[in-house]
Amino acid sequence: MLAVNIIAFLAIFSALMVVFHRNPMVSVVFLIVNLVCIALFFLFLQAQFLFAIQIIVYAGAIMVLFVFVVMLLNLRREEETRPNWKVQRALAFAGGVLLVGALWSALWRRGASAEAFPGGFLDEFGTAEEVGRLLFTDYLFQFEAASVLLVVAMIGAVVLARRKES
Amino acid sequence: MTSFLPLVAAVLFSIGAVGVLVRRNAIVILMCIELMLNAVNLTFAAYAYELRSMAGHVFIFFVMTVAAAEAAVGLGIVIAVFRKRRSADVDDVNLMKW
Repeated sequence: MLAVNIIAFLAIFSALMVVFHRNPMVSVVFLIVNLVCIALFFLFLQAQFLFAIQIIVYAGAIMVLFVFVVMLLNLRREEETRPNWKVQRALAFAGGVLLVGALWSALWRRGASAEAFPGGFLDEFGTAEEVGRLLFTDYLFQFEAASVLLVVAMIGAVVLARRKES
Repeated sequence: MTSFLPLVAAVLFSIGAVGVLVRRNAIVILMCIELMLNAVNLTFAAYAYELRSMAGHVFIFFVMTVAAAEAAVGLGIVIAVFRKRRSADVDDVNLMKW
């Protein structure tokens, strides 16, 4: 349980650093820390397959994309201050605190009823085998739709980032 | 633990939401969106564990797919905008704002 608390603290700290650090490159590094923390949570929740996917796809592939773009654009310039900056900032923080309060009160009110769910774990809970079986039986249509989405995103990214011939 | 993790996820989601509103750098905004998607994933995993149901894991799989697609297209847009305006500041791209 102590380990979970430490990881939770680390996850929240790294999330704060992502938002508040001035340098985008440092933000990317802290986002990777955050993703690894979430992957460890998956491990605690018996989601071994998702743990592997989180590390490989998220912390690996997607974050490489972010690192690449941050380095390509080489953004060193500080974000400058705008006239209405302070008001927006204050409103955003107030909204964030309100959001946390609303979500927490909703989660507290949920109470212990869901907690008492009896059944034990199946042996295959969280394995790649079981996720694959579900993807190819109950969620087949959604799986195919996801593959179409990925193709569209791939073509879209190539078209968007292409240098226009003039 | 399963009652504690959704609370952590709520905090992470709110931090991501505040980040989207506060930061002006388009890449950091995309990172904050990733932060929010991950908080949602954590909630899915916590409830999948609590309810002993694998459906949450399949949903996380789909959320990751959408996150990958969103990151690719979003960063493509950032690069296209940067080429035109030499800036990744969202306040410089306000032609269609109102």
